[in-house]
Amino acid sequence: MLPLIGIAIVVAGFALRLNPLLVVVTAALATGLAAGHGIVDVIASFGKAFTDSRTVGIVWLALPVIGLLERAGLKERAATVISSIRVATAGRVLLAYLAIRQITAALGLTSLGGHPQMVRPLIAPMAEGAAESRLGELTQETRYRIRANAAAVDNIGVFFGEDIFIAIGSILLIRGFLDQNNIHVEPAELAVWAVPTAICAFVIHAIRLIMLDRSLAAMNGEKK
Amino acid sequence: MITLEFVYWIMGLMVAGVAIVNLRDRTNPKRYNNAIFWGLYAASYLVGSRLPDFANGLIVIGMVLVLTIGKLGGAPPEEATRAEREASAARWKNLLFIPALAIPAVTVFGNIVFKKLNIGGVPLVDPKQVTLISLGVATVVALIVGLVLLRAPLISPVVESRRLLDAVSWAAVLPQTLAALGAMFALAGVGPIVAQILQRWIPLDTPFAVVATYTVGMALFTTIMGNAFAAFPVMTAAIGLPLIVGKFGGNVVVMAAVGMLSGFCGTLMTPMAANFNIVPVALLELPDSNAVIKTQIPTAILLLIANTAIMYFGVFRK
Repeated sequence: MLPLIGIAIVVAGFALRLNPLLVVVTAALATGLAAGHGIVDVIASFGKAFTDSRTVGIVWLALPVIGLLERAGLKERAATVISSIRVATAGRVLLAYLAIRQITAALGLTSLGGHPQMVRPLIAPMAEGAAESRLGELTQETRYRIRANAAAVDNIGVFFGEDIFIAIGSILLIRGFLDQNNIHVEPAELAVWAVPTAICAFVIHAIRLIMLDRSLAAMNGEKK
Repeated sequence: MITLEFVYWIMGLMVAGVAIVNLRDRTNPKRYNNAIFWGLYAASYLVGSRLPDFANGLIVIGMVLVLTIGKLGGAPPEEATRAEREASAARWKNLLFIPALAIPAVTVFGNIVFKKLNIGGVPLVDPKQVTLISLGVATVVALIVGLVLLRAPLISPVVESRRLLDAVSWAAVLPQTLAALGAMFALAGVGPIVAQILQRWIPLDTPFAVVATYTVGMALFTTIMGNAFAAFPVMTAAIGLPLIVGKFGGNVVVMAAVGMLSGFCGTLMTPMAANFNIVPVALLELPDSNAVIKTQIPTAILLLIANTAIMYFGVFRK
């Protein structure tokens, strides 16, 4: 039971709104100590795990070029382009992105999206621009709401698209785990069973995006 | 051969640049803290592969100490005003999209082409890491295209990276730290303990109860671990294989595929999945740190119900 102290620290730390980085590092060290390892061993294991996970930070490499383009007016241009499309609304822009993200992820192109390289510089400004050209000046609250929705669409699209691709990490993990248990399955069989969920995800979230448009229009009084 | 180490160097140089810009910024009262924080992170990328594990552990602890005791300074305001940016947008028009879209385009291109390149039988790019190396190469290509196209000064991307990275601040390091926490959980055997508790306390005597426990359990355990990959082996060994497949004769493919996707519903609902749910909050400058999670919860719950139904009707089909 003792190693569960890490989970308790994480739950308590988030509940108390302590800095998450502090909470997570404390939980990691406490878990190692509770499992009966010495402090030097625990710090070394944690250091190794952190260094082995450096691939996770590589997405930040997009920042120099994104920053450069933002300074040159990329977000403003994205908003202008979208506001010239008459049928565009925030919900429809995000719906189109959801479809593209799911389909490209299903083809294995998961790197075609992402928050630093797509959502911040392009998708969020486009959704905000579409709402602005339709509803007039937006309140800050409305902007925040549209941005949170833009981030959510990126996540939902990639999560429920990628498993249709046979060489993605999760399929390989399932296969590896079952192999260890002497059960052999083909990646294609697993991928086929990701399709019903992918369709449900698209339908559910598409309806919510249409409702987002209605709610934005109701709150802001649509311009005719 | 180009390995991941090459990408780590680029990343280390960028973060080192951010540390130096911070150090020279006299308007930031916390400039030394920011410089130490990013300096340590840069060191992890530049020399982490050659340092002993213990030293790498101390780097992370050092970052947390600077953050907790000293606190970090925020991002500087944008140098260009909105009017300047709009004027610039009107000048460059759609050319601005080229470098931005070059990142995904070159990543995908690299993914396809790098695998096939070799020099005298030795692959040009480490075949196991093609995607990440392609992403690294793509960001460099996009930056060069951007600099040439906009005729921007060389210092400009470093200054802008500093503005963006300080806006994201410590949240930039959180996903990596959570991945390391997952490794510590695995080392300490957290998974099997949770599985034992579940099997002992939950009544699992009808097919529906077993399926629902498995799908909801995958989602809940994923919210704790922040990662469906960590939850899957535990829940599947505890419930999926012995009960759904073993006791009730369910189909292993349906169980595994839909089980993993139920875990993804959990990923949508937890701050522990920081790269998906916390990092965008910082990137989009949202005041509520749970804004993205709150937006995703209704979809996640409805989809979890849908997954439970899909598994129940699919897994026992003969």
